[in-house]
Amino acid sequence: MNALLHGRLTGLLALGAVIAVLPAFLPNNFYLDIAILAGFNAVVCVGLNLLIGYAGQISLGHAGFFGIGAYASGVLVGTYGWPPIVALLAGAVFVGLLAFLVAKPILRLKGHYLAMATLGIGIIVSIVLRTESGLTGGPDGMMVEPFRIFGVELYGEKVWYWVVGVLLVGVVWLSLNLIDSPMGRALRAVHGSEVAAEVVGVDTARFKVLVFVLSAVFASVAGSLFAHYAGLITPAKADFFKSIELVTMVVFGGMASTFGAVVGAVVLTLLPQALTMFQDYQQIVLGGILMATMVFMPKGLLPTLAALLPARRRA
Amino acid sequence: MFAELLQYLLSGLTIGAIYALAGLGFSIIYNASHVINFAQGEFIMIGGMASATLTASGVPLPLAIMIGCGGAMLVGVLVAKFAVERARNASTVTLIIITIGASIFLRGVAELVWGKDFKRLDAFSGETPIQIMGASMQPQSLWVVGTAGVLIVAIGLFFARTLTGKAMLATSHNRLAAQLVGIDVKRVVLASFALSAALGAVGGAVVAPITFSYTEMGIMLGLKGFTAAVLGGLGHGPGAVAGGLIVGIAEALGAGYISSAYKDAVAFVIILAVLLFMPNGLFGKRGTERV
Repeated sequence: MNALLHGRLTGLLALGAVIAVLPAFLPNNFYLDIAILAGFNAVVCVGLNLLIGYAGQISLGHAGFFGIGAYASGVLVGTYGWPPIVALLAGAVFVGLLAFLVAKPILRLKGHYLAMATLGIGIIVSIVLRTESGLTGGPDGMMVEPFRIFGVELYGEKVWYWVVGVLLVGVVWLSLNLIDSPMGRALRAVHGSEVAAEVVGVDTARFKVLVFVLSAVFASVAGSLFAHYAGLITPAKADFFKSIELVTMVVFGGMASTFGAVVGAVVLTLLPQALTMFQDYQQIVLGGILMATMVFMPKGLLPTLAALLPARRRA
Repeated sequence: MFAELLQYLLSGLTIGAIYALAGLGFSIIYNASHVINFAQGEFIMIGGMASATLTASGVPLPLAIMIGCGGAMLVGVLVAKFAVERARNASTVTLIIITIGASIFLRGVAELVWGKDFKRLDAFSGETPIQIMGASMQPQSLWVVGTAGVLIVAIGLFFARTLTGKAMLATSHNRLAAQLVGIDVKRVVLASFALSAALGAVGGAVVAPITFSYTEMGIMLGLKGFTAAVLGGLGHGPGAVAGGLIVGIAEALGAGYISSAYKDAVAFVIILAVLLFMPNGLFGKRGTERV
């Protein structure tokens, strides 16, 4: 138990240290901006990883939850003058309820059906965002007010970097704790063999629903904050491709590895920037990475690298 | 009133026929390998793009369709052999992601080869609309519905009458038992991808004069085909066909009577509703799992 706790803390401290020293190596706001985007993606991916990696379920609609959070903040703050933090919470509660309603019956089914249902929700959300232009600004998107709390306005890349950094550490801490809790062990049992888990008395459906709701709420909160940071949101942030991108990050970094999800999010946020000179080949490279990762390192980047290290006990 | 309704039903039937073909493709692959092939839409795209670009450079239409069909089958077999079969024992999630990766990859290659522009393919037998009780119908719609009908019947006969078809059915019921009686299940998986690819490519070629062809045409068609397959009960062939027609007609009615902006949402609203109340689709059997 001590060793477990130790391993958990080491990882968390390492992540905190990287976040703390990184700005010193980033020459200007352009790089800081990319780091912030990577951070937002990482927050969503850590949640999604709980679902994919630990509950063995796939969501092809998480960008939809991200989008609902983003537009809840955009519309409630901009059009109705709500305080940003209240709008953020309202978005999160709405997404949580939606996820709960959908998950309850559907998570009792096998993986294919949840893929179908989440795909459906994601597409419906992005069509609504595109169509209801009176509320959302349509395909061109909408401007979002800056985030103000206790009279302080969060402004600029330097401030937001720390906001996202703290959020990421918090989310990672939360999921590491969750994974090591009795519930986490139950979840791993669900992934291993659902029937076996049920036989020994694990309420598999309940755990899956909980994780699904939690991961959706993470996405919504990240969406709200992203909207305030970027100042502009478009329906593209909520569409099917964004959902696929998020799944790709989780899978590439390593399913069932929280830090893997973070690494996956960071690498795949950087990759398109690095590939801008090969714009025409971007899809080929992305698709190729996706297939090759799954075929040659089905566990993902981080777990595969870790397995290559000399046999050391890992938490 | 009636003419309007008939008009919607006819256009729903046309697009529904394509969804049915795509849905059938999903079912065939699912039965053989328990994989949801998200690259199904890309087969449709390959068929549409190949026939449009080849006819534009002077190749006769039937030959162009055959080349497109052969190309799609080759791609299907390659995806099956080098991606899906290699990950044979991987989880559902892994397999889904592999096929999504394949579809992104194929779209990227298609953009390189054919560019991002819309390609036009002339209607097979002119564009003079046929009048039916006040509703008008493009002759191409008849080609779509007719071709889909012939293919669906042919697939039905293939599974019922031929040895290969029966071997594929046997594999879908019990892979291990099929292997024990001497069926080469690996070849069955390859054959299922080839067959689905052929269905998709021919569907893409006949629908191209109506929708135009472009490298992203397969995305929505493929996803709707997936809803059709799930609606009918995954792995249930006739169910997938019925699901496709239901989705197509509901979509046309929704676009006509409710809002054309929400046309693409109709299929997904239906599938969510059905999954909530009939978790195995309309015709799917309630599954039990063997441990």
